[in-house]
Amino acid sequence: MERIPILKMGDFLLVTIQVDLYDQLAENLESDLINTVKKYSSKGVLIDISAVSIIDSFMGRILGNIAVMSKIMDAQTVVVGMQPAVAITLVELGLPLNGVISALNVEKGMDLLRAKMYNSDDEEQYDYDDNE
Amino acid sequence: MTTTTTNKEEVFIVREQDVVPLRNRVKDYAIAAGMSILNQTKLITATSELVRNLLKYGGGGRGLIEALVIGRDNGVRVTFIDNGPGIADLSLAMKDGYSTGKSMGLGLPGTKRLVNEFAIQSELGKGTTVTIIKWKNG
Repeated sequence: MERIPILKMGDFLLVTIQVDLYDQLAENLESDLINTVKKYSSKGVLIDISAVSIIDSFMGRILGNIAVMSKIMDAQTVVVGMQPAVAITLVELGLPLNGVISALNVEKGMDLLRAKMYNSDDEEQYDYDDNE
Repeated sequence: MTTTTTNKEEVFIVREQDVVPLRNRVKDYAIAAGMSILNQTKLITATSELVRNLLKYGGGGRGLIEALVIGRDNGVRVTFIDNGPGIADLSLAMKDGYSTGKSMGLGLPGTKRLVNEFAIQSELGKGTTVTIIKWKNG
């Protein structure tokens, strides 16, 4: 079965979608990603969709699902590189992808993930101080 | 002005993987019509939505892609034909947020917003035909 590769980079997982998605492929990616988050206790997932020329309601919903599921698994998801035409089309279709954090490119997405990780570390630190 | 069809082809849709070649062929037609990237994306996204309905509710069928010329305007018409159970209440199916399946019900109304012309015909027990047109500058 065709699958989209998931790369582990330290605390994060990196997915670059280089092919046109169809429903089964997107569903496989969803379950593979969540299993991989669990396997490596990943703290963040970065999905690069810069090579994806269309996202319809089904694939958009899968992206939203991935964001919500990974959050429940204590990992942040950032979607990067959305093409402008894809963004316009998604909103007109009626799917604004609420809840999906996005960044313009991989570099900014990585920065965002790191910032979120350190921020949550800080919060834990403060909690610890309060208890003392 | 009369609309003339300059080129056409038919693609059969029986399984999910057939969606990708259909989308690619529609894209070729959209490029040939001189559409902007945005209009190409809208047309291909609309195609993707409708072909899912064709598979999910119609049990497969065929897609007819046509290159249209009307006066100085170019466009692409895609017709989705299935011999499935048909749609009982068309006006309900066209409503935002309505779905008999588990989806969000964006398919038909969302698709209509992405194209310039949208027509749907359905007969219970006979099947459903959906036709969309996207004009080059539409």
